[in-house]
Amino acid sequence: MLLKRMFKGGAAVPHLKRTENCETIKMTVPEKVIIPMLQHIGTPCEPYVKKGDEVKVGQVIGNTDKFVSAPVHSSVSGIVTDVSPKLYAGGVYITSVEIKTDGMQELDKNIKPPKYSGSDEFIGAIRKSGLVGLGGAGFPAHIKLSPPQGKKIDTLIINAAECEPYITSDYREIIENSWNVMDGINIVMEALKIKNVIIGIEDNKPEAIKEMEHVASKSDKINVVELKSRYPQGAEKMLIYATTGRKVPPGKLPSDVGVIVMNVNSVSFISEYIKTGMPLIKKRVTIDGSAVNNPSNLEVLIGTSLIDVFEFSGGFKTSPLKVLMGGPMMGIAQFSLQTSVLKHTNALLAFAEKDATLPNAGSCIRCGRCVKACPMNLLPLYLNNNSLKENIEELRKYHVNDCIECGSCSYVCPAKIHLVQSIRLGKAQVRQAAAKGGK
Amino acid sequence: MENNFVVSSSPHIRDNASTRRIMLDVIIALLPATAFGIYSFGYRAALVILVTILSCVFSEYLSRKVLKKESTITDLSAVVTGLLLALNLPSTIPLWMAAVGGVVAIVIVKQLFGGLGQNFMNPALIARVFLLNAFVKHMTTFVNPGVDTVSGATPLYGIKEYVKGNKANLAGYWDLFIGNIPGCIGEISVAALLIGAAYLLIRGVIGFEIPITYIGSVALLTWFLGGETLFAGDWLYHILSGGLMIGAFFMATDYTTSPVTFKGRVIMGIGCGVLTAVIRLYTGYPEGVSFAILLMNSSFPLQKVN
Repeated sequence: MLLKRMFKGGAAVPHLKRTENCETIKMTVPEKVIIPMLQHIGTPCEPYVKKGDEVKVGQVIGNTDKFVSAPVHSSVSGIVTDVSPKLYAGGVYITSVEIKTDGMQELDKNIKPPKYSGSDEFIGAIRKSGLVGLGGAGFPAHIKLSPPQGKKIDTLIINAAECEPYITSDYREIIENSWNVMDGINIVMEALKIKNVIIGIEDNKPEAIKEMEHVASKSDKINVVELKSRYPQGAEKMLIYATTGRKVPPGKLPSDVGVIVMNVNSVSFISEYIKTGMPLIKKRVTIDGSAVNNPSNLEVLIGTSLIDVFEFSGGFKTSPLKVLMGGPMMGIAQFSLQTSVLKHTNALLAFAEKDATLPNAGSCIRCGRCVKACPMNLLPLYLNNNSLKENIEELRKYHVNDCIECGSCSYVCPAKIHLVQSIRLGKAQVRQAAAKGGK
Repeated sequence: MENNFVVSSSPHIRDNASTRRIMLDVIIALLPATAFGIYSFGYRAALVILVTILSCVFSEYLSRKVLKKESTITDLSAVVTGLLLALNLPSTIPLWMAAVGGVVAIVIVKQLFGGLGQNFMNPALIARVFLLNAFVKHMTTFVNPGVDTVSGATPLYGIKEYVKGNKANLAGYWDLFIGNIPGCIGEISVAALLIGAAYLLIRGVIGFEIPITYIGSVALLTWFLGGETLFAGDWLYHILSGGLMIGAFFMATDYTTSPVTFKGRVIMGIGCGVLTAVIRLYTGYPEGVSFAILLMNSSFPLQKVN
């Protein structure tokens, strides 16, 4: 099924899927891992282990009773050598558990396939698995799967758009484990009594479309939809619009329009988890960028340091000047190679000098390209101006908080103005003003 | 920190568009009209063009220097202003006047308001209107294209007299389209301007919103009100003559002085169209494109239209 419907705006980013034919290589167990207690959007976990404790693969090492959270499991067997705040992917310090591995990878004895009946128990089991949205945002999966009272979910959308340049993590999942994906979809459909499933894939991945059409051919409830390749097709609201024609109003969730969106890797994980009970301890990560020797796809244990991952992949051909966790449009620039791979890390990119140098911002000529590019119908140039002037009232008037930070505006700006950066600043200003009670 | 990584906000890649490339595209798009102007009016037209461009670039350089700001002449925006100004001048204008126009455009209208992207009215148009008011005679003396430099009345002057009942020579549609008429250096040939406009539209430098609504509303209003009776106006004559084509495609679409949203651009186009038609039909001036665009420019901050 080819889809004509298309979200407004966006940008024609290069695809650069150099690793699409790189079969996933399992990375060896590193000497140590550092597992942060925050690997999701929400409240950080409390560490359940202390220095000197012995841990096994899949053992819970962090949890909290707060709703918006997901437990953290050990990805290795070994000895806890430190529990302290450590440098985190975003540049802040987060309590982390450092484990010296013993290389045995002994399984925790509690790991067994979960038993559940009914949707509540299923959702409970999903929380225990530690699953977060594997597309990159890291929103706890059990929350996504439990819509608020009175909200009827009729459609499950599987996000395999993968619109960010370089990343092929979702693509490889379909090519390598399509039956797992299918299985996971059926499990979620059954548990939550969902009638329709739409699998959205961009048209620059014909092999993946063919593969999913093949495995889904037996079911008349599951449709594969070919999406136009345009960034940010994989953003939740854009994907929902492109596949169903439904618009998620500002500040609302997909469940408000009867939809749940899950990443293709997430459903595939659910299938594995229901079969084996193994929680989320590993992730496929695309390694690429102008500074690496071998662009590749690696299966990495969560908590492995970036330097270990890059070295296993074949090292650097030139010393990198910019290292990203995630894609070039929304990824987070890293301060250090000592930070760890997280549950929702889908790519590690290292760039040589020529790709790392920041363009100088010029004067806005009001060409309106940012306005045309914004998929949320915002006016980035006015958000930029008002954030630089700290004009809270105007920032609110121009709906600064609706910005999804996709980066399309900055990407197309001919004056190379750092629009997303100042919009983020604007959001922070609005938050601060609200905290001061100046609503 | 053991590494000296560049840490910046996403996105980490940019496309290869640049302000300079946009300005270069505008210059390229103006080349057919420029060439036709020089072909029609001879070396004198080339001199006027050269003088205004030099005057604009030099003014830009000097004012940035005096204001102790980074030089911006390499972004080519001053060249665009100079070229646009020249194309809106008669080829017979004394060169020093053309130079003064360049200074007014860049120093007063652009740099004193903060430079590129900050001026609220179109620099080239303000300069043209300034010259029109300061040196009426020189700004309204036009010669026929070709070797004989006999001064002639512009087609719009002709139709104004014609509608009043006076005898006047009306140009043919074909002459208007090709540009075989007296007028400013760059405004005479609709054909040459349309070639440039097509280039800008294809390159995505301008959108269709302002030109279509502008020309469309002039056509409608002049057809409706421009004749001796209602619905008898010669709308085709109106849209093919005067500065409408250069105004609609190259001046009203000026980024800095036009809105950024679809709705705003439609309002801009219709507003310019209505004002142009009103000035042409009901005032003492034969032509109203410059005033119409400038009035719309200056009204946008008041209307709070984005």
